[in-house]
Amino acid sequence: MSVTAIPATGGAYRAAFEAAARAQRGPGWLGTARRAAFERFLELGFPTPKHEEWRHTNVAVIARGEFTPAPPPDAAAEAAAEKFLAGSPFAALGGARLVFLDGRYAARFSTPGALGAGVRAGSLGAALAAGDAIGEALTREAPWSELAFVALNTALFDDGAVIEIGRGQVLPEPVHVLYLATAAAAQYLQPRTLILAGRDSQASVIEAYASLGEQGVFTNAVTEIVAEENAALEHARLQQENLASYHVSATFARAGRTARVALHALTFGGALTRNDVTAVLDGEGAEVLLNGLYIAGGRQHIDNHTVLDHAQPLGTSREFYKGILDGQASTAFRGRIVVRPDAQHTDAIQSDKNLLLSADAVASSDPQLEIRADDVRCTHGATFGQIDAEALFYLQSRGIGAEAARRLLTFAFASDVLARLRCAPLRRALERELFHRWTGLEGDGEA
Amino acid sequence: MLEIHDLHARIAKQADGREILRGIDLRVKAGEVHAIMGPNGSGKSTLAGVLAGRDSYEVTRGTVRYQGLGGELDLLELSPEERAREGVFLAFQYPVEIPGVSNLYFLRAALNAIRKHRGLEELDAADFLRHTRGKMKMLGVDDDLTKRSVNEGFSGGEKKRNEIFQMAVLEPRLAILDETDSGLDIDALKTVAQGVNAMRSPERATIVVTHYQRLLNYIVPDFVHVLYNGRIVRSGGKQLALELEEKGYGWLEEAVSAGV
Repeated sequence: MSVTAIPATGGAYRAAFEAAARAQRGPGWLGTARRAAFERFLELGFPTPKHEEWRHTNVAVIARGEFTPAPPPDAAAEAAAEKFLAGSPFAALGGARLVFLDGRYAARFSTPGALGAGVRAGSLGAALAAGDAIGEALTREAPWSELAFVALNTALFDDGAVIEIGRGQVLPEPVHVLYLATAAAAQYLQPRTLILAGRDSQASVIEAYASLGEQGVFTNAVTEIVAEENAALEHARLQQENLASYHVSATFARAGRTARVALHALTFGGALTRNDVTAVLDGEGAEVLLNGLYIAGGRQHIDNHTVLDHAQPLGTSREFYKGILDGQASTAFRGRIVVRPDAQHTDAIQSDKNLLLSADAVASSDPQLEIRADDVRCTHGATFGQIDAEALFYLQSRGIGAEAARRLLTFAFASDVLARLRCAPLRRALERELFHRWTGLEGDGEA
Repeated sequence: MLEIHDLHARIAKQADGREILRGIDLRVKAGEVHAIMGPNGSGKSTLAGVLAGRDSYEVTRGTVRYQGLGGELDLLELSPEERAREGVFLAFQYPVEIPGVSNLYFLRAALNAIRKHRGLEELDAADFLRHTRGKMKMLGVDDDLTKRSVNEGFSGGEKKRNEIFQMAVLEPRLAILDETDSGLDIDALKTVAQGVNAMRSPERATIVVTHYQRLLNYIVPDFVHVLYNGRIVRSGGKQLALELEEKGYGWLEEAVSAGV
């Protein structure tokens, strides 16, 4: 199905895998799964644009690269992290904070202690090494046998965040997971995140990616999320890496009976970004929100693929993605909605709206509905447009200059996506950031 | 304050190029209220749009002189925002909804752009609130309305009231009200009229564009002009509006074609 640039023997990835396999500890089944995943990755190879799911995104730059694991952070990396954490408005968005520096848990920057009993938030690598019970959710939700990047991460990840919210636990503040990269070009990071929300629990988790230097790293992230019966879980994925980075991510979420799951995908950085989000409504009356904002300028490429899998009756899904494109940027959106025969009374709405600020930017949008139940409501729509001329004239007629009016309207276009973030500290930080980005002013457009 | 001479205009970028304004002459002095009436399609909204700088219209002939802050200006040479900064205000027939921009932020940005142009200090959020408080009360605009996105989900009456609220905050020198009365019930109409009347002053001129005489019971004009087929065919005092109300617009066609 694809032409692979990886030697049959596995090349640099083989060497890295064998070295990691010797060093890693953890349950025996995981070691077995990792080896199987690695062999599967070699069989699959990196996808090419001939592969239907990768039609809009050519990962040849990743496939051709001789990527090696990022080394442990040195003093310079630690200093860069310290500076970022002291100064960035995105450094502290929650109560508990887990910081990973070049893929490794950085205890000195992390504050997991703010959480109460019945909640665990910490290093997945440390938990595995200590023989802690992680449960079989790890690797169960992410189907590595079908997906090359997921197989690669499964084989090679050695750290990441594990967050477990016990039955009935309600977290008043978000858990903030911060993956910071200082590594050099041609190095990779394979972070793995596992979020388990127990029955009746309620929590927000922010999973953020940022670069601390100029170098571009290849990040291949996998996140697995399980929300049990009646849990309310919000997950916000924030990608603000530098414009030299390659970022591939796959998020898999399973929502149980009457669980409410919100998955936000906020993508601003990276030279090439591909996000896959798969959410399964796996219990009666589950509700899933997929809420996305992608902002691409220059020659950035951002590709969002989503799958909403309605497996049980009475599920509700809402999917709202928006893109803002400038320069020669390109974006792709593919939203697949599957309604299985059992999933009667499914209610699904999907939309993808694109604002094109430049004539050279290219956006594509591709809804796919696969409906196998007969009593469902399922709608979708995509739009591509420029700044509304009438709104522009309205602002100008009040004295606001044309350029300032255009910028204000660009901010306004993104605002409903931000408004859907229940996590207030993240919402406010993003509003300020984007308001400043477009208007050059301080504030958030509120007064 | 405003002197329109032989103004012709058509819809821009349209192949047939038919003129909608076909030679408008109008003089408006400071302190005056002029009503422009006419049937649908007579060119009323086009005239309002051309004066505000709407680029969907193309002026093919004529001049518009406007007494700006620092002297006489060729209004047609200015961008819409420059006109606004010089004191021109258009109350829209169909105010635009702008989701994601709060009404108050929008107005403060507008007021500060105008103040900056006039060499005045920009207002911060607190000063701005003080500036607007009394105006909100006068027009029955509540806090909630100002915090919501510009016109988003507003009823027809709320939108029109918001236009007059903006006018009260921006304190224009030349206010043009484009069918501000259409779609309003009598109470909303009275509120809107009260706002306009409160702003009448010897320094300010107002042009009220309307299809119906009803509004003019509450905003009493100094002059009434009847626009028909792109030209002003009658001018007179407020009695002319009553005459129109009585006879309807039907008689115009006969009168104009008979050359009366």
